[in-house]
Amino acid sequence: MSRRLRVVPAAPAPEPDLALDPKATARILEGFIRSEVERTGRRGVVLGLSGGIDSALSACLAARALGPERVYAVAMPYRTSHAGSRRDAEALGRKLRIGVEVVEITPIVDGFVAAAGASSPGRLGNVMARARMIVLYDRSEERAALVLGTSNKTELLLGYGTLHGDMASALNPLGDLYKTQVRDLAKAVAVPRSIRLKPPSADLWPDQTDEGDLGFSYDEVDRVLALLVDARMAPGSIVARGFSRRLVERVARLVVRSQFKRRLPLIAKVSTRSIGWDFRYPRDWKS
Amino acid sequence: MKPVRVALAQIAPRLGDPKANLERHAAAVKTARAEKADVVVFPELAMTGYLLRDQVPDVAMTESSRTFRSLLALSRTIDVVTGLVLEGPGHAFFNAAIYASQGRLVHVHRKVYLPTYGMFDEGRDFAPGEVLRAFDAPFGRAGILICEDAWHPTCAWLAVQDGAATLFVLSSGPTRGTRPGRGITSLPVWHDLLRVTAQFQTAFVVYVNRVGYEDGLNFGGGSMAIDPFGRTIASLPALDEGLAVAELSPEVLRRARTVYPLLRDENVDLVHRELERVRQRRFDLPGPEAD
Repeated sequence: MSRRLRVVPAAPAPEPDLALDPKATARILEGFIRSEVERTGRRGVVLGLSGGIDSALSACLAARALGPERVYAVAMPYRTSHAGSRRDAEALGRKLRIGVEVVEITPIVDGFVAAAGASSPGRLGNVMARARMIVLYDRSEERAALVLGTSNKTELLLGYGTLHGDMASALNPLGDLYKTQVRDLAKAVAVPRSIRLKPPSADLWPDQTDEGDLGFSYDEVDRVLALLVDARMAPGSIVARGFSRRLVERVARLVVRSQFKRRLPLIAKVSTRSIGWDFRYPRDWKS
Repeated sequence: MKPVRVALAQIAPRLGDPKANLERHAAAVKTARAEKADVVVFPELAMTGYLLRDQVPDVAMTESSRTFRSLLALSRTIDVVTGLVLEGPGHAFFNAAIYASQGRLVHVHRKVYLPTYGMFDEGRDFAPGEVLRAFDAPFGRAGILICEDAWHPTCAWLAVQDGAATLFVLSSGPTRGTRPGRGITSLPVWHDLLRVTAQFQTAFVVYVNRVGYEDGLNFGGGSMAIDPFGRTIASLPALDEGLAVAELSPEVLRRARTVYPLLRDENVDLVHRELERVRQRRFDLPGPEAD
């Protein structure tokens, strides 16, 4: 009688790995915020509080890093903004014991439209995002604070943000966390359920949702991005793992097309030492 | 080897500011002396910070620089191992580490393997070291490796074949994410590597990794001392500054090298012959018969 060896199957290829240790990640990000505020000699941070999960988590991390008295939040509703957004922002401010100033951007945006026009919803959305940027940078000057950005890695990679608008900041603690990771971290640091569970939205017009704009869910796109960007897999190999070709190709295209938003403006080299080419210093130069 | 108390100084250097870092060294020296340590070990580039880029020539020292002499002066009361930028002949800049004792320079190691991939760009700013030697410290023979050097097993192997029983590993290791239940992922990877190094080389490994932030990079800490059996004999937590003292015992070294006589049995001649053959093959060099 012949003996047959038991065949042990090979371990499956690793899945897109988005799991993180919330406690250790929060600690790194809090240290990051504290270190940058201290080395720049600023008093604290200023950030826009939209009522959404990204700004809520950012505010939470900043309050833990610096103490609530050094976090200045600004809620900046436009007349079409969801009334719940402002309520959620103010409730979060009370919970974190951070001051929340409300600055209506309606007159700024409408004044711009009256003077210069903004005919499409997309352009109007950009104007709103840039109006908020102006308010935040003004308040950062007033408070001697750094502007804390709230963009996440998914948005940054897809280019789902307004250049010189919501993408403008001094430091961006969530910039290396995908949206699904933001959710995990927000849960761990006790961001309220009402904020965590509402559908993500830029809130530029009624009933707008991110997933509606993008045409796919964050769960899906984050898994594709984790394979494409973090695991450096070729699009074809990702499709071979069961993801729809349409989705993978669209995501890959969006990442390439939005590269300009992730870099400083291009400078043509016409001297011996040029910014961006051979003038190379860290941002934390001498600090 | 004599018994020696080694202090691991897990600090956050100030970027591009050797003067401020000299003060941080002096403070740690004071603490280490109070703990009755014989040697205090600092991280890679502890005198300058890591993300230097075009600041390299500005913070570089030679043996006659004032800051360098002040650094040596710190070693009058306790031996000092630390990382700095050294300018060599021909104005080449090295990511280097020194061992100083009694106010004098005992040994210089210039980082051999400069990581130039992913988030690292050291090959652009530094010249690679071309020498790997053990040296005689007052307590016994030792070797110094800087960060990436430890990822090439030949470095630890060479130092130990050259007589080292203690390996100082100075590092500026950035973290790269966390995983559930495992915390910061880069630290257990380092710890595994160092434990394997200690066991395979039957040597003490003293690892000092920096902490702090530079731009978005954060350095993980998790410094530790490991004995030749692979046991942790001192350790510091992730991310925070701190100082720990390890007692390196010659008795433990003797037992480890008796139980695991790997060093005794190492066939250096075989390695030499085979390496020569591999070298000829790889570079298409003429063999000995061509002469």
